[in-house]
Amino acid sequence: MKRFEYLEARTVRQAISMLQRHGENACIVAGSTDFLVRWRAGVWNPDHVINIQRVAGLSRITYSGRNGLRIGALATIRAIEQHAAVRRYYPALAVAAASFAGVQVRNLATVGGNICNASPSGDMIPALLVFGSECKIVGADGERAVALDKFFTGPGQTVLQHGELLTEVRVPVPARNTGSHYIKHSPRGAMDIATVGVASLVSLDGRNGPCAEACIALGAVAPTPIRAYSAEDSLRGQALTQDLLIAAANLARDGVRPIDDIRGSAEHRKEIVGVLTRRTLEQAFNAATSGPLTFNEQRRLTVQAAF
Amino acid sequence: MKKQLQITVNGELRQALVEPYYSLLDTLRDEMQLTGTKKGCDEGDCGACTVLLNGKPVCSCLVLAHAAHDAEVITIEGVANGQELHPVQKAFVEHGGLQCGYCTPGIILSTVGFLESGEEPSEENIKHALGGNLCRCTGYTKVIESVLVAVKATNQESEE
Repeated sequence: MKRFEYLEARTVRQAISMLQRHGENACIVAGSTDFLVRWRAGVWNPDHVINIQRVAGLSRITYSGRNGLRIGALATIRAIEQHAAVRRYYPALAVAAASFAGVQVRNLATVGGNICNASPSGDMIPALLVFGSECKIVGADGERAVALDKFFTGPGQTVLQHGELLTEVRVPVPARNTGSHYIKHSPRGAMDIATVGVASLVSLDGRNGPCAEACIALGAVAPTPIRAYSAEDSLRGQALTQDLLIAAANLARDGVRPIDDIRGSAEHRKEIVGVLTRRTLEQAFNAATSGPLTFNEQRRLTVQAAF
Repeated sequence: MKKQLQITVNGELRQALVEPYYSLLDTLRDEMQLTGTKKGCDEGDCGACTVLLNGKPVCSCLVLAHAAHDAEVITIEGVANGQELHPVQKAFVEHGGLQCGYCTPGIILSTVGFLESGEEPSEENIKHALGGNLCRCTGYTKVIESVLVAVKATNQESEE
């Protein structure tokens, strides 16, 4: 544990200039739920910690039928879980938030932190990926937008340059007749990291029509959260059947190369990918045809603890 | 370098001079002598250190003390009304919601935060609200029963 200096930024501009002033060994924190654990473990050793929690206006969550969902980087996971429009239009995201750690952590942890820490198992990421989310990044020279599926470059690694800040996540309005779901498999039902997390989204061309869009995102099975492209391709344009969903789930399973670690062996993870992909696709498809479940109903299908 | 901070703890404005890396938990326990809040894992797994920060349950081991500057914190020492236990405390005492007691301050604060959140106090929601609190003695059955009793007591109180 190395001592650090503590700074607070009140504006995005101030945070960026602090980052520039203090160089590569400065670290941004918000909820600090990841930071304090890793600092105590000696994994992160910054000289300067820049807390952006008090930057005004970055914790807003807004929804409109035209602009979709805009989540400020400082919005807490709890606020996302409880947001009425998130529950209504982005069920996979609402239940992913509900599966995240416990209430005491969700009240602190922010969506920006979950994304920027770029853990392969970050719970919010697969759900944000299937909705086609985009990151708004602000730097000294202006702002840029990066699709979330281009944001991660490795475990803990992102496209953020030093001196840049993620300020907002933009999630497009889902098409009509869309269903989505997230399932997290972990040893414990709360305060745990996913062994595997899978989000799926299915949009139909008309209530009983063919599949217009399918998105599947997998957490904790690769150096970054990934999309299961070949499984998605196998569904687009098809009249969906149980057999097709199973075949897609098998494609997702066969396409991953996970690692062995304390939470599960590679072989185990592969099997779980198949099972969770099938289950999330089934729920997404059901919701696309028959309408969404209530939040509580869907939450019951979300955390699948091993014990 | 140590810096001064101020936090309203259990309704009282408290000041402390603490290092930048100090957690809210260590500040409460070591600088303010409020040792009712327990340190279990110190990494956000066990919930023993749960306090209310601006009305919401948080793991105080994961909060930088200086990030809580100017905030309002409620710890277990501030839950009772003088000598009279809070309905949640009463329910836990009377219905065997605790054994060794180490996890209890955190569970009480999670419960108080949940009851004040306005969420429907169903058994299912209670279990989700307390999922982040580990108890190695009770097996949770008596914990959940105690919370359900507290829900009833709170409802009766508000009807009277």
